[in-house]
Amino acid sequence: MKKIYFLVLIPISFIIGTPIFANKVTPYILGMPFFMFFVCLSMILTSLTLLTINKFTVETKGEDSK
Amino acid sequence: MIVSLLIIGLFLLLTLWLGISARKGKDMDLEQWAVGGRGFGTIFVFVLLAGETYTTFTFLGGSGAAYGTGGPALFILVYGSLANIIGYWVLPRIWKYAKEKQLVSQPDYFVSKYNSKGLGLLVTVVSVAALIPYLVMQFKGLGIIVSEASYGAISPTVSVWVSMVTLVIYVMISGIHSSARTAVIKDIMILGIVLFLGIYLPIHYYGGFQDMFQGIESAKPGFLMLDSEGNSPSWFISTVVLLSLGFYMYPHTFSSLYSSKSAHALRKNVSIMPLYALVIVFVFFVGFAAILQVPGLKGENVDLALFRLSLQTFDPWVIGLIGAAGLLTALVPGSMMLMATSTLIAKNIYKVFAHSADDQKVSKVARSLVPFVGLAAVWFTLYGTSTIASLIIVGSSLITQLTPSVLLALPKRPILTAQGSFSGIVTGVIIVSYLTLTGTTIGSLFPSLPQVVKDINIGLIALIINVIVSLSVSFIQKAAMAKTKTKKTYGVS
Repeated sequence: MKKIYFLVLIPISFIIGTPIFANKVTPYILGMPFFMFFVCLSMILTSLTLLTINKFTVETKGEDSK
Repeated sequence: MIVSLLIIGLFLLLTLWLGISARKGKDMDLEQWAVGGRGFGTIFVFVLLAGETYTTFTFLGGSGAAYGTGGPALFILVYGSLANIIGYWVLPRIWKYAKEKQLVSQPDYFVSKYNSKGLGLLVTVVSVAALIPYLVMQFKGLGIIVSEASYGAISPTVSVWVSMVTLVIYVMISGIHSSARTAVIKDIMILGIVLFLGIYLPIHYYGGFQDMFQGIESAKPGFLMLDSEGNSPSWFISTVVLLSLGFYMYPHTFSSLYSSKSAHALRKNVSIMPLYALVIVFVFFVGFAAILQVPGLKGENVDLALFRLSLQTFDPWVIGLIGAAGLLTALVPGSMMLMATSTLIAKNIYKVFAHSADDQKVSKVARSLVPFVGLAAVWFTLYGTSTIASLIIVGSSLITQLTPSVLLALPKRPILTAQGSFSGIVTGVIIVSYLTLTGTTIGSLFPSLPQVVKDINIGLIALIINVIVSLSVSFIQKAAMAKTKTKKTYGVS
């Protein structure tokens, strides 16, 4: 288990936390309802986190290239 | 009207041509036909995985759900992200194992891991049962798209037949290669169309995004967030968790992941996938824009929202392009599902009973099964109208029952025994079918529980019972085996 894997807790807490803590329409952010904005944000964070983890693990290991 | 049909027709021909030309220069054995010889890089695997993930359901169903249910419909965006997180660690391990053992279909994984042909048969039956409703869904979507885009000139029935014949021809000729090629075009088309519609319509009708949402909020207060009962936060979270667990379990998903040439390509894929899924946000914008412009669509007609709004806004040639994009969103996943179903039946049912059949024979059987699977799906599409919604739900809850057995088999020695996995899947499938067909919810079973618990998606309960049964059967069996072993060793000494 690599330490960097724990980064994944960020998007997971956004995915689970959004419906609980961000469930309201106002204020609008970037033209979107508050809830919808946080849904989009958690998707973007998912990608960014996985890409980061991917970058670091591949660089350190360089395994399974074939 | 003629213009829109002409454009759709052209795309249909292009699809067919691409499918046929994909075959050139490839030696088509079963591995080549079904998993592309395991030679697809990041981009092709990406479009394959995205292709079957973003289907007619997203295009018509996404806008329809936004139109019909508003805020709660956003679960469609979220569960994919959670699934990608799970997939990041799970998919490469399945892929490595599959490559090592030369697996071609999804039940192969169970047969090989648990060393049980019986379990393979069970998984095949469950998978085919879960796939048929999805195939039907694609055909239904096609029916709507072509008949709406032809301004009602072509009946849904005729368009379903035409699409089925096209699909069968190109799947029979070139298997997964045709899917990958068509998927590239489809993704470019859908990206362009969805971005255009999602930006143009809100601005055209409301002057901007925030104006649109403010308009909806004042007409229907609270529509853009989760409800306090029913579609509440606990419903949202449990549904997202449940759907994300089943996300990668479909047989056609296994075929695309086998077709990858490296574990790295898979990891890269799932990392980018959530960003790609953001495109669906624009589909939602279209659905939201339709709420105040084409009000009054009810029940399954909410799926028409995107087309009805487009019809009253654009010229026929734009409708033609939208129709063509919609056609591709149905054809690509449709071909994957058709192929997966035929490969499943040939390899994991036919071959089990016909031991002498070599790979060539199995490949032939798989190909000749394609038209029959297509016909069966058309039959369900045309004659099973009212039950399809319930079939879709059963389909996705069915496939999720395979998840525990897949995940618990990831370690070198599976945690479950074949019998444990078998009993877990059977129990889960029975419970889920019963619950779905009777429409039972936790609230109706235990009315005195707090609302937070009542709103939890009941599919999760079936899954938990499945896990408990699989684990207990496996442990009892292992304990019993250990006992007989020690007895034997005592007897020897």
